[in-house]
Amino acid sequence: MLFSRQLARRPLIRAPRRWTHSPAALAGLKSVTEDDLVHFAHFLPPTSIVSTLSPSAAPSSELESFNNDWMNKYHGRSTTVLKPRTTEEVSKIVKWCNERRIGIVPQGGNTGLVGGSVPIRDELILSLSNMSKIRSFDDVSGILVADAGCVLQSLTDYLAPHNHIVPLDLGAKGSCQIGGNVSTNAGGLRLLRYGSLHGSVLGLEVVLPDGTILDQLTTLRKDNTGYDLKQLFIGAEGTLGIVTGVSILAAPAPQASNNVMLALPKFENVLPLYKETKRQLSEILSAFEFMDRTVYDLAVKHGQGRALNPEDVEGAECFVLVETSGGKREHDEQKLNSLLESLMEADVPLINTGVIATSPAQFSSLWAIREGLTEAVSKEGKAYKYDISVPLYKFQEVVDKTKNHLQEKGLLHEDAVKYVVGYGHVGDGNLHLNVVAAAYTPEIEAALEPFVYELVASYKGSISAEHGIGAMKTHALKYSKNETSIEWMKKIKALFDPNGIMNPGKVLP
Amino acid sequence: MRPSAVRLLNILVPVKRTVDYAVKIRVNPDQKGVDLNVKHSMNPFDEIAVEEAVRLRERLKDEVKSIKVVTIGPTKAAETLRTALAMGADSGIHVEVPDSAPPPEPLGIAKALRAVIQREKEGVDLVILGKQAIDDDASQTGQMLAGLLDWAQATFASKVDVDPKAKTANVTREIDGGLEELKCQLPLVVTTDLRLNEPRYASLPNIMKAKKKPIEKLTPADLKIDLTPLLETVKVTEPPKRKGGGKVESVDELIAKLKEAGITPVKS
Repeated sequence: MLFSRQLARRPLIRAPRRWTHSPAALAGLKSVTEDDLVHFAHFLPPTSIVSTLSPSAAPSSELESFNNDWMNKYHGRSTTVLKPRTTEEVSKIVKWCNERRIGIVPQGGNTGLVGGSVPIRDELILSLSNMSKIRSFDDVSGILVADAGCVLQSLTDYLAPHNHIVPLDLGAKGSCQIGGNVSTNAGGLRLLRYGSLHGSVLGLEVVLPDGTILDQLTTLRKDNTGYDLKQLFIGAEGTLGIVTGVSILAAPAPQASNNVMLALPKFENVLPLYKETKRQLSEILSAFEFMDRTVYDLAVKHGQGRALNPEDVEGAECFVLVETSGGKREHDEQKLNSLLESLMEADVPLINTGVIATSPAQFSSLWAIREGLTEAVSKEGKAYKYDISVPLYKFQEVVDKTKNHLQEKGLLHEDAVKYVVGYGHVGDGNLHLNVVAAAYTPEIEAALEPFVYELVASYKGSISAEHGIGAMKTHALKYSKNETSIEWMKKIKALFDPNGIMNPGKVLP
Repeated sequence: MRPSAVRLLNILVPVKRTVDYAVKIRVNPDQKGVDLNVKHSMNPFDEIAVEEAVRLRERLKDEVKSIKVVTIGPTKAAETLRTALAMGADSGIHVEVPDSAPPPEPLGIAKALRAVIQREKEGVDLVILGKQAIDDDASQTGQMLAGLLDWAQATFASKVDVDPKAKTANVTREIDGGLEELKCQLPLVVTTDLRLNEPRYASLPNIMKAKKKPIEKLTPADLKIDLTPLLETVKVTEPPKRKGGGKVESVDELIAKLKEAGITPVKS
């Protein structure tokens, strides 16, 4: 609750900006009427229709969880949620909405961070949660075909006895759905090892904005036959069509996992360490996570995980969490041990010291430090969060420059910005830049934006590495995509969705 | 006061290699045992014992002369010793039993530990070990060892304070509904409970050092003991699968269901 209360203040600041562009995308769109419900009732059972309109006339409280995101930061006012059970039903709904110019927001687990899955106004919400069947799994090729509404954790559970895993893992795995994961091109903890969904998704079934079903649900590893259309829908955040089925390449389950936390004397050592770690661990390296000293101390202060011993953190400027997963424990441990030995015995060691988890409890405990950073930052104050991709060697520079900039503006003190911290997935070039302030204020916001976006743009980085654009960052898209790119994105959008009914007001400015 | 020679403590920590507690246990098809081809690590209670020994040294400094760890188990049990050495123990003893041998029972282990203690030239003042191993859950070894040696014992410890000069220890035990504080005379056997401490991570420099620490290898024959089990395992079965619950719409329905299940209200 603490979390949502803090974030609830943000729309007050951000709201004006969101409203400046959203009506344009929604201008020509109509609201759902009772006549529309009559039509939907022809092919949908009453249980698939939740609406405040008559005849069903559900209380608006029943729509709350669909109209608001989990952080309670974005608020829609939709009257109607439809929960189709089949691709055909999705198609019929979309066809009707296209003819009637009704905006549609496709919704999976509604766990996004950028307001991409809730309506901006009163668009119809199309929830995929009733489409949760696993269609097939081949334990030789590892190819899994599933409905879009399958919850990530349920896929993981389904695959476990077959000794496979989904090549994707997120904190939200208990609620997020595979269709939403694909639509947002979710990154997460396994990306370093298994690559992005652009690689592991083999095929998609998509309902296009005119109701056509595009069946590209192939189970082929190789298929070079013309344009690879499915790639357009991966990360399109539901603006080009609704993903209803996913064919994904599951990975063999690792038989052993280890992790170590390394303490580094200076940031400059992170990259040489990454190179050396990659060289020696090669295929068993599954995570390489960076955190600076400030954020580590915040994690310890707020009781995340079990802290290292004082002598192990002394003189450390930053930390790196390395995880291995492989097929044979002895082999993995041998590799890890020889890496650690060579690191410790080097003439000019890259690391001060480090600790190794000797039990699963310690394994989780080390991860808890890394995974608890978000929470620690929220407990410390009001966080401005930037999820950015920049070249690896610029991680520290981004943090330092942001800090200096705030200092110059006179905002770096107890009552304004308390900390500027950086952590993230080194392996993926993804930095989480967090500015921890005493309170959200217009001055701090003005000092940070567009400063951070411009800084990221100057490194040719991305303003949204894994969280997407949604409704939150449409105004900032220009910092990561040049005019030509945005123009062509708009052309593609117009080609697929000439009436602009699919997730209006999201992604494109 | 009469000046006395400083009494230095020698601590022995027996450790056991067990199936890791995070592993899902699978019963073998023959129902005589469980699948052992899975991740093993140090019995968590023994890890707490090693940690406590190391903490005693951190508190008492030079008054703790030695921390020796001992394990009785197959070849791979040596890994468990290395982990204990990396946490801060000084040296190890590995009483090696053949990989094919049946797992020894608490009485055999207690006798082996007695033999180990008796051959220590400087003697042992304090034995700290887990209150039980998580594989057989017997919770007998510490008690049997104290009995065989005729030493004091303090089981299920949640706090241990040792006074080497007075040769006494104050131990807080976790008992039903509260805590019990004992004052014991050394030599003493302490078995550890979960809340005694939280074991540290093994740091890299200590892991490197651990590789150079001595491990003495012995066989049961060297100790003149017989580890043949006295018990025969008749059958091992999995607990019954939990049946899923159901949702009820109203209080009335709930009461009806409870009645159906034969649960009746108690008249007050």
